[in-house]
Amino acid sequence: MITVNNINKKFGKLHVLNEVSVTCNKSECIALIGPNGCGKTTLIKSILGMVVPNSGSILFNGNNIANDWKYRKHIGYMPQIGRYPENMSIGQVIEMMKSIRKEENTILDEELLNAFKLNQLADKRMGTLSGGTRQKVSASLAFLFNPDVLILDEPTAGLDPVSTEILKEKIRKEKEKGKLILITSHILSELDDLVTHIIFMQDGKLRFRKTIADLQSETGETKLSKAIASIMLTHQQ
Amino acid sequence: MKKIIKFVIIDILRNKIVLLYTLFLLITSLSVFNLEDNSSKGLLSLLNLILFIVPLVSLIFSTIYIYNSSEFIELLVSQPLKRNNIWLSLFFGLAGSMTLAFFIGTGIPILLYEASPTGFMMLGIGSIITIIFVAIAFLTTVYTRDKAKGIGVAILLWLYFALLFDGIVLFILFQFADYPLEKAVVAISMLNPIDLGRILILLRLDISALMGYTGAVFRDFFGTTIGMSVAFITLLLWSIIPIALSVKKFKQKDL
Repeated sequence: MITVNNINKKFGKLHVLNEVSVTCNKSECIALIGPNGCGKTTLIKSILGMVVPNSGSILFNGNNIANDWKYRKHIGYMPQIGRYPENMSIGQVIEMMKSIRKEENTILDEELLNAFKLNQLADKRMGTLSGGTRQKVSASLAFLFNPDVLILDEPTAGLDPVSTEILKEKIRKEKEKGKLILITSHILSELDDLVTHIIFMQDGKLRFRKTIADLQSETGETKLSKAIASIMLTHQQ
Repeated sequence: MKKIIKFVIIDILRNKIVLLYTLFLLITSLSVFNLEDNSSKGLLSLLNLILFIVPLVSLIFSTIYIYNSSEFIELLVSQPLKRNNIWLSLFFGLAGSMTLAFFIGTGIPILLYEASPTGFMMLGIGSIITIIFVAIAFLTTVYTRDKAKGIGVAILLWLYFALLFDGIVLFILFQFADYPLEKAVVAISMLNPIDLGRILILLRLDISALMGYTGAVFRDFFGTTIGMSVAFITLLLWSIIPIALSVKKFKQKDL
């Protein structure tokens, strides 16, 4: 579904993405992990076309995404730090997104919107929201248009345990529908039971892409967080 | 694209500054016409006001507005929208509302006191100058990521166009007074839309005689249809080139 071919991205002298190649297929739930500043968000933003790579190509369903924009119809994106126009209310932001993205045959998925009870906060201005509520808005918007691909950047950061559970349940549901889900997260234990594949990045390079089963058998650890920790340690040495 | 323009315009209207700007233009234009017994003199005072205030407000307000819309832009870029359309919608929304503000603010007094071809020409030139400086704001913001730096550049650009440029031209004229520079001055005036606008209006007000021999050269050139067309095409280029360059840059920008 998404194929990334040897992309490079430099911010000044900093080589953020170094010859990264990866393939993501339908009905996979991929965790993108790695230490801070290893290029996870830049990779995600490149896939979304928000960052333009210096070289290499990204294919979505076989089509190059450079200078294309229609493919983003199929992606729901939840940013790490949701930035919204400060003086728009929650209701206005949601209405705006609907008017931009809604097509005749889109079935809106308002499950998260209702589960997070955002309708009751519709008049609140984005500028006055707490980080957690902002995350809820981001999550609801990502799922709202029933996209085939969900890209979630640190989805649970800032959410309370109840909301985290709601979101996780939603991710699980969508995964069962056969959607591709790409998650970056630091809190690995929360992902244990969702993830099918792991992509590990370090210093702008893609170190490996493995299934959970492979990873567990290689490291001999059953808990994902421990398996990752042991891999990280070996890579550091 | 229409939808985004609509959101931008609603957002600008909610921001009271554009309304205040309209009101300010309305009050000053009305009082200028009331102060002078001759409405053509009023037009002259208004000209100096317009050529000073309009570029300043268009440039600085647009610059700050674009920086403050960074969240809005970021949100839209991750959606199924063309980058060109996002940027141009923002431009049309801003340029549209600033031009409208100018049109209401100075258009009503001009219609009331000086509904002559010269008056309408002033409205036209003011509108083009508004669009030009909004376009220049887009160019400065797309190239400078830092907000404080960007606003600083915008202020310097305004100082350059409104004050420094004339100083430089005067300096050149005095230094090379022994040479026949009159024709060169016509070319140099094309480098500043504010000056170009001023010359076009002054020629219509029949006081170009005050400008001496250079005025006569201006008259010879800008008085003809070709000269007039060249001037207007130059003004159009002044608005199209900055926005085209900024679109080109924005398409490659990392957000």
